[in-house]
Amino acid sequence: MSSTLVPLVVAVPLLAAAALGALGNFAPSRFDNLVAIAVAVAVTVFSVLLIFRSADQTIHYWFGGWKPRSGIAIGISFSVDPLVAGVAALIGVLATAALVVSWDYFGEQVPQHFHVLMLIFLGSMTGFALSSDLFNMFVFFELMSIAAFALTGYRIEQSSALQGAINFAVVNSIGAFMLLTGIALLYGRTGALNLAQIGQVLSRGRADGLVVVAFTLVVVGFLTKAGAVPFHFWLSDAYAVAPAPVCILFAGVMSDLGLHATGRTYWEGFSGVLGADAGSVRGVLVGLGVGTALLGGAMAFVQAGLKRMLAFVVISHVGIFLAAIGLLTARGLAGATVGIVADGLVKGALFCAVASLARRLGETDELSLHGRGTPIPITGAVLGVGAVGLAVVPPLAILSGDGWLRGLLVVASALTGGAVLRAAGRIFLGLGPKQDELLVEPQAGAEAELRRAPRAGALLWLPGVALLAAGLTLAFTPGLARRAVQHAKLSVDRPALARETLHGVRTPLPKPSFERSPAAYAYAGAAGLLAIGFAALGLYRRRVPVLVAAPMHRLKLLHDGVVGEYVTWLTVGTAVIGVLFAVLIAKRP
Amino acid sequence: MTLLPYLLAAWLFLVGLYGVVTSRHLVHLVICLSVMQSATYVLLLAIGYRSGKKAPIFTAGVPVKVGAVDPVVQALTLTDVVVSVTGVALLLALVVEIWKRAGTVDPDRLRRKEL
Repeated sequence: MSSTLVPLVVAVPLLAAAALGALGNFAPSRFDNLVAIAVAVAVTVFSVLLIFRSADQTIHYWFGGWKPRSGIAIGISFSVDPLVAGVAALIGVLATAALVVSWDYFGEQVPQHFHVLMLIFLGSMTGFALSSDLFNMFVFFELMSIAAFALTGYRIEQSSALQGAINFAVVNSIGAFMLLTGIALLYGRTGALNLAQIGQVLSRGRADGLVVVAFTLVVVGFLTKAGAVPFHFWLSDAYAVAPAPVCILFAGVMSDLGLHATGRTYWEGFSGVLGADAGSVRGVLVGLGVGTALLGGAMAFVQAGLKRMLAFVVISHVGIFLAAIGLLTARGLAGATVGIVADGLVKGALFCAVASLARRLGETDELSLHGRGTPIPITGAVLGVGAVGLAVVPPLAILSGDGWLRGLLVVASALTGGAVLRAAGRIFLGLGPKQDELLVEPQAGAEAELRRAPRAGALLWLPGVALLAAGLTLAFTPGLARRAVQHAKLSVDRPALARETLHGVRTPLPKPSFERSPAAYAYAGAAGLLAIGFAALGLYRRRVPVLVAAPMHRLKLLHDGVVGEYVTWLTVGTAVIGVLFAVLIAKRP
Repeated sequence: MTLLPYLLAAWLFLVGLYGVVTSRHLVHLVICLSVMQSATYVLLLAIGYRSGKKAPIFTAGVPVKVGAVDPVVQALTLTDVVVSVTGVALLLALVVEIWKRAGTVDPDRLRRKEL
């Protein structure tokens, strides 16, 4: 049985982190970077193997062999199907790329504990993705968060980095408390922490106040990590100041893990008890998704600092995939999962390009880099092609949904692609003016203290090219969506999942029946063209109409870095979502 | 079964939240955060409490049939405490560093200036 591979994906990075931490400064220089890269490669290989080994049936790994007896799960389990293993593989690939980039990025200043933190981060992310036990998810959520806070504030010389880390830590901790409160309420009701068993017990009751409150708290906890509006304020502060190699992991996969968990919790835990109210849940989640997608796109378009711009790109794409998951269909879930992986690789590639810019030119600001990108053409190509990828990949991943919804999401992804394309044009081709009053000037970020490298090492640009190629290939592989839908049909079948997890009764995989329609390609093409249009508009428009400028100014003022205001938004958002669920669910006759 | 611990948990959560939102000092803010987290300890322990039952330690001489309060939530609370200590320690370290760099720990004065 291949199940011994499952715990290794989590245990190897955590053990390696402990060993490296114990070795401390005794190891020869560069040793910890080499070890970290080897571990990340190993995690990638294990995860890819798991994709194939779980292709026929989901692997359930029970720690210590504590399998459920007569339908009651006392033990803790990891569940792996190809969708989950694919996300784990994405984590491994991005960690490998980030660690390779970090080799050159920090130059001669060999960073202390950086690789230990990266390995803890890697292990906790894979653990979070594989867990099928809510409390285990919370523990990995917190472990991942704490490693991420430390990595964000890694450059402690800069107060902006520290501030970003504090905002990140405070908002995410409150999100985690909400998640834990939700988990505690669920445990009180069901006596279970295993998701399948929670779902099984809940489905026998009705959707009363406790279920609604617990669902709201759990979803808000995960969406805070994902960065959905209005829980997203910390994200742009943190990603703008974290070192670029760290951002490869943050942007590529950390945010999307929150979405993955939202989907998993709904389907495995709540789809039974809330089944009759799926329409209400769908309305709220899709609404949040569309709002997040458009706001993120608009804010990305008005940034001059590439890292903050990409942070808003992440927010926007989180919105797009949230809308896809929120459709509450197998196709939506499958499309979102494939999209998260392909899009994560593209976003990772873009942050590789940012790392290269920072290292060679010492800056990541679109306006002050105007026309200065010519010495590093490959980075320019990655940025340009990646920008088009940002526009094209999400619409390809939306496999169903109404025309108006897909249209709005196309506009959002075109805005994000257009913003990055405009920056690429300005930096590498010297297009457009050197001033633009619409754009927000960036503050000094993690790169300010970096010594500029005279030569481009291949380690700096090669990972970007590889990630971009991989991401675009995955997005355009038609068979992938078909297989994903096939597995997602099983993921959304809660009773079958519960039978399998708790009683070991296998359900055969449904026959593949889905083909991606030509409409998806049409939407993707439209998004690509629209992105080019937005980029041109950004570069060559004369002035900004008041109707756009005034609301954008208001929007910029909201993102002011004051943590108390961010927490207020979090509170208000939670209350609104909770009340919406309560009203919609209570109204049902 | 009494309502009191649940009310206490809600109170701690809300009063901590109020402190975080209105705080003018980052150390104060971090402490408010740990007050919020205390709400989760109280909630977890309240959920597992059974009146009249013993602590969940089964040794020779303690009859099993007396029963015990739920040990699972106690394990969860312990884990939660460990998590919280790590988080608070890290946050306070960040606050010390920000004091050294910026000379202030008032979130309002640390407002992003470039807008």
